[in-house]
Amino acid sequence: MVHSVDIKYYLVLAAVLFCLGMFGVLVRRNALVVFMCVELMLNAANLTFLAFARQNGDATGHVSAFFVIAVAAAEASIGLAIVIAVFRSRGTVNIEEIRTMKH
Amino acid sequence: MSIEHVLFGVFALLTVVSAVMVIVAKSPISSAMSLVATFFFLAGIYVLLWAHTVAVLQVLVYTGAIMVLFLFVIMLLNLGEATTTGPRVTLARVAGGVAAAGLLAVLVTAIWRIPSASTFTGSQAMSQGFGTLAVIGQTIYTRWLLPFEAVSLLLLVGMVGAVVVAKSRI
Repeated sequence: MVHSVDIKYYLVLAAVLFCLGMFGVLVRRNALVVFMCVELMLNAANLTFLAFARQNGDATGHVSAFFVIAVAAAEASIGLAIVIAVFRSRGTVNIEEIRTMKH
Repeated sequence: MSIEHVLFGVFALLTVVSAVMVIVAKSPISSAMSLVATFFFLAGIYVLLWAHTVAVLQVLVYTGAIMVLFLFVIMLLNLGEATTTGPRVTLARVAGGVAAAGLLAVLVTAIWRIPSASTFTGSQAMSQGFGTLAVIGQTIYTRWLLPFEAVSLLLLVGMVGAVVVAKSRI
């Protein structure tokens, strides 16, 4: 019998990371930092998948984490392209100054 | 108290500290570098969870590709220090803090009620090759083939979309 860390601690760590990411999304005004906080939340989800995968001895959780990483890559490329487009038309990435999608 | 507990404690602490640094850092560059550190420490935690393949993917894709993209955009836009014009403590910030703390309290309370049943032992995992690239590849290409192909399509659409959106004149 291997003495391993209880799954609860991994889940609590994931919850802390998720709430930190959520806090960042809610309070930061720089759009790029908001994106980074979204990545933190995605990583918290990944950590939950992997913790349950280890608990159940099932590789499906690893596959889910792989898909989350792929979706995060696509999200980052599109999001950063939108940030560049917005910066080009407004000259700012402050999300409080961006009130309309038209330009 | 095994070595696994010690490593988990160290990695968890470093992960949370660098995640806090992402949020409180003044310049976006510092945020990005703290995020890179967070991803590295999280990869260590993934190794503790027997997810070696995902840990390698984490370092390759996140810290290798996504963060380079982030840094490239930050430097392209030439964003310096954030100029704080408004008050430091606003109503939105307090509300955000309350919301995050409330969600954390609910989550931790719910997690603490999970019965701790350890159904998984290390020696059994060794014999089954749990977490290796071979096992994950077999799972993907047998049970998850269609989602895998959908992901490749998603990345293609993302690539084309990024080029179209970032172009100056369409």
